[in-house]
Amino acid sequence: MATTTPTRDAHGRRPDRRAPKPMTPGRQAWRSRLWRFDDKASPYAYIAPFFLVFGAFGLYPLVYTGWIALHKVEMTGLDQMEWVGWENFSTILQDSEFWTAVTNTFVIGVISTVPQLMVALGLAHLLNYKLRASTFWRTVILTPYATSVASAALVFALVFRADGGLLNWVLGFFGFGETNWVNGHWTSNIAIAIIVIWRWTGYNTLIYLAAMQAVPSDLYEAASLDGASRWQQFRNVTIPALRPTILFTIVISTIGSMQLFGEPLLLEGGTNGAQGGTEHQYETLSIYLYNYGWNLGHLGTAAAVAWAMLVLLLLIAAINWLIGRLARKTAA
Amino acid sequence: MTTTNTVTAPADRRVSKAPVSDGPPRRSRFKPGAGRQHHAGPFAYFALVIVGIGSLFPLYWTLVAASRTQDEILDTTPPLIPGGNLFHNLEAAWEQANLGKAIVNTVIVSSSITLATLFFCTLAGYAFAKMRFRGRGALMTMVIATLTIPPQLSVVPLFMMMSDIGWGGQLESVIFPTLVSAFGVFFMRQYLLEALPYELIEAGRVDGANNLRIVWSIVLPVARPAMMVLGMLTFVQAWNDFFWPYLALNQQNPTLQVALGQLSAAYVPDQSIVMAGALISTLPLLVVFVIFGKQIVGGIMSGAVKG
Repeated sequence: MATTTPTRDAHGRRPDRRAPKPMTPGRQAWRSRLWRFDDKASPYAYIAPFFLVFGAFGLYPLVYTGWIALHKVEMTGLDQMEWVGWENFSTILQDSEFWTAVTNTFVIGVISTVPQLMVALGLAHLLNYKLRASTFWRTVILTPYATSVASAALVFALVFRADGGLLNWVLGFFGFGETNWVNGHWTSNIAIAIIVIWRWTGYNTLIYLAAMQAVPSDLYEAASLDGASRWQQFRNVTIPALRPTILFTIVISTIGSMQLFGEPLLLEGGTNGAQGGTEHQYETLSIYLYNYGWNLGHLGTAAAVAWAMLVLLLLIAAINWLIGRLARKTAA
Repeated sequence: MTTTNTVTAPADRRVSKAPVSDGPPRRSRFKPGAGRQHHAGPFAYFALVIVGIGSLFPLYWTLVAASRTQDEILDTTPPLIPGGNLFHNLEAAWEQANLGKAIVNTVIVSSSITLATLFFCTLAGYAFAKMRFRGRGALMTMVIATLTIPPQLSVVPLFMMMSDIGWGGQLESVIFPTLVSAFGVFFMRQYLLEALPYELIEAGRVDGANNLRIVWSIVLPVARPAMMVLGMLTFVQAWNDFFWPYLALNQQNPTLQVALGQLSAAYVPDQSIVMAGALISTLPLLVVFVIFGKQIVGGIMSGAVKG
């Protein structure tokens, strides 16, 4: 590709089929300059839309959020901003509801991500066998991914209902079934985690499966020559080879759990969802942000919540990075 | 559990050459590559059946609940087969939730986002894959880095901006922020890196084609399979998008997901009607999935391997 411009110049007087008449030197220079401009500018023109859209609707609002967080802005008068300094931040940091939301987000994040990725790993291993109808199985486990968060939350709302819920009905056969899932702190968090697990396990399975199929076969051959059992091969060949993929899915799931919104909003039906339950027992950070900004109408405070989320994300990223480093060290 | 002691070695790593039938001739262990894979034992099938039921049952039960009455759904013994109330519920949902408008809106939003994403992401993916320019690596890293920023962080100013420029509650406010996606750029780049040989571009240049011409006559035809997959993934995502549309739009002018959310969240609703709404919003995508499932699966997997 480095030679494109010379190629062009060499063909500036290209043996053109339809233009045998010689070009004047001036025109030729102009044309070659045009070519060069085309080569120089085109790549930037092609990638520009992404950066324009991201700049206008991603980066600029992200930075501006920090500015709004220092103001009082109400839903009722969007164009009036009143400087309040750090007040919004102190409001949320002193709000026990905020810390409940942080805890819930963290708890749901862990109890949805960890089992989900482990199940996905196991499933990917199964799908990596020679299977009958392998595409069928892959499509089936991916189907929940095509279901919207709203539809999924609404069905599971019926599953987890206290009276007449499917889950309690099934548990009733085993002598349980009296659980009021959405009222309890842990049970409601588990319920949300199950919705997340249902929707995303198939997707992560396919990502792991793809990574497994890319593991070079000689690694397994060498391992089996050394007498490694199947399980040892899985642990000592497959898992290490998948480490970058696993890290990738952990990052994606972490970011995803910071965004949990539809599941808690619709878990109960009715208006309780907008504050994460009667006692905020399943309120996540996104719900907290929504409640402040769109329910109560305090957009300045909502912006402060957004920046608090950013700080938390950076913290999690740092922890992720440390763990990754540690894991690499112990592996080495 | 297995029939062989050979090591797992899926040299045949293209997604499913033999989707359904795995007839005897293919089983030959001497077929290069594929034969070195373990066969799945009964346990594997058992586990897959369980997982498959778990995956599909909530969808099936959406249909069951949508075709019953509220009392039947909430009965102490929940129904497990569909009833006869489907059309009544669909009609009620249609009236209560402004679903007609919501469907039209959702189709407009999803198709415009999909078309724009395909166009812009293919251009950008081509530039990142095959063109040389200053800052290419750094810019590509930036594109990937944007994947890690949750939309939550910018919705407050976004909402104020939209109302400022007169897009408050309008479809533009949900279309424009998602016109082009980082994932799409990355996806097209990965595909074109392998699928588009430099010789083809050079041949075009020798013929005197300018860059746009090369994009139109060479890049687009080569990129078409990946564009199909990206188009479906984008469409599914746009169709299902919830958080920002829920904040940006209102009941008078909703998308399906927004209408559905409001049907459930606004007041104490009739569950069978809510489920009818859920069915309407899910069904089109399920149809897409049944037809193109194989391609979508392959697309997710091919995007993953090279990532």
